[in-house]
Amino acid sequence: MKRRSSLTLWTGAVFAGLVVLLALVSLFWLPYDSDDTSGGRLTGPGGGHLLGTDKLGRDLFTQLMTGSRIALQAGLGSVAVAALLGVTLGLLAAFAQGWFDDTLSALLDILIAFPTLLLAMLIVAARSATLGSAILAIGLAQSAVVARLTRILVKRVLAQDYITASRTSGTTWPRIVAGHVLPNMWPTLAVNLALQFGLAVLAEAGLSYLGLGAPPPNASWGRMLQEAQATFTTAPAGALAPGVLLVLLVIGVNLVADGLRDVLDPTARKDRAAA
Amino acid sequence: MTEPLLTVDGLTVRTGTGRELVSGLAFEIAPGERLGLIGESGSGKSLTTLAVLGLLPAGMTVTGSVRLDGTQIVGASEKTLVGVRGRSAAVVFQEPLTALDPLMRVGKQIAEPLRRRRDLKGTALKAAVVDLLEQVRLPEPDRIARAFPHEISGGQRQRVALAMALACDPALLVADEPTTALDVTVQAEMLDLIDGLVRDRGMAVLFVSHDLAVVAKVTDRVLVMKDGRAVESGAVTDVVRAPREAYTRALVDSARQLEAALDLDLGDAR
Repeated sequence: MKRRSSLTLWTGAVFAGLVVLLALVSLFWLPYDSDDTSGGRLTGPGGGHLLGTDKLGRDLFTQLMTGSRIALQAGLGSVAVAALLGVTLGLLAAFAQGWFDDTLSALLDILIAFPTLLLAMLIVAARSATLGSAILAIGLAQSAVVARLTRILVKRVLAQDYITASRTSGTTWPRIVAGHVLPNMWPTLAVNLALQFGLAVLAEAGLSYLGLGAPPPNASWGRMLQEAQATFTTAPAGALAPGVLLVLLVIGVNLVADGLRDVLDPTARKDRAAA
Repeated sequence: MTEPLLTVDGLTVRTGTGRELVSGLAFEIAPGERLGLIGESGSGKSLTTLAVLGLLPAGMTVTGSVRLDGTQIVGASEKTLVGVRGRSAAVVFQEPLTALDPLMRVGKQIAEPLRRRRDLKGTALKAAVVDLLEQVRLPEPDRIARAFPHEISGGQRQRVALAMALACDPALLVADEPTTALDVTVQAEMLDLIDGLVRDRGMAVLFVSHDLAVVAKVTDRVLVMKDGRAVESGAVTDVVRAPREAYTRALVDSARQLEAALDLDLGDAR
């Protein structure tokens, strides 16, 4: 079983790693300038262009590479926002009890009832369509899920005897949170955050597809999909390539999340303590 | 007469809806004295121990007075309580599975109160941890200190929990059914261990159990609780020999019956 879980983890890491590699390389080297339209419109794969060109004559592979950067930024940024806000709110709710907990829980339920994409669209529409507001919007929407999970996890840990024992030995609350509560909720939280990363990447692609993500000179996978849609029958590579990469990244991250679940389980860490 | 270590007077615990779970409970424990708190489940024993340490869950209201080592616990601020807990009283719980943090090595968990209460660091701290593990008679203390809780047995975990409570060097040890979840042979060893360690340190004990035989083994005095009230109290021998209340008599009788069943079986075997 241990073997299988590490296989999941590694497969996921390879899938997601490919995209990360693309993004890293794109920082130093691109096959063409992102505004180089010398390739001719909608050429097929080959002939100096690995995947061909889009309807404006830009190199598709170049766009894919810059797009991977945006996808990763969106995922990481949203998860950072969601984790920071969600964990803080969740901790507050779990410790506050009484009316604050009730009010916050009700608010979170309302937020969760809104589809992430719809909520993000509202926020982006109210601000401007930039990558920053997309990240903020997705992160905010996801923070509700993270907050609710954190609240439940914290409450579950707080009900354990070792917390009471720790309190009887005179440990202060901040120390209990740092020493016992956070480490014990971390495995579950980490898995959830990894899943949220995949969802955030998808959400950003969705927003870009609708024209609410990163604005035009940036090649977001979502917008590439949308632009290639009309010419799908004549130049399928333009739609397939960003779609495949999107699937690769999301599946990769989900597999990593799945593998993490087993790796972070303390009862599976026998090898470390037996010595 | 010296001042009692713990004085509980008119202790009443109510739920948020006003139902009384503990009513007008009063008892004292002198320094070094051992009191057994006995009663069936739901009689308010555990709530009483939590109230003594100011650990009742939010939403419960406490009235009356609990003076622990000169400090009023009822209505005290968290800051006062943090100061009193550990120094004056420490606790061992029933369930060895949840008594230890599953993600922290055993040694580190014992070190936590040691570092805070005795200000130990580095090798002195490590030595103190191993010393405590030896005192609770755990084999290979070095290995146990490096183990995670799931890697040691239930009985060993309970010994670790006891070591953690002793690490604070409290004046009062609160033991809430510390042997109930253990099997009978381990239970007897654990009781002997508590008995010896407490005697060496002149520690007072508040021992909670539903098992009269267990309480009789460790404590000098018992307080019998039923439905949140004290039904009877007195020296263990008096209560066992001549129970005054019907409920206590039922408790003693059922304990006797169990013992008699054991004698009968042995008789047949011969």
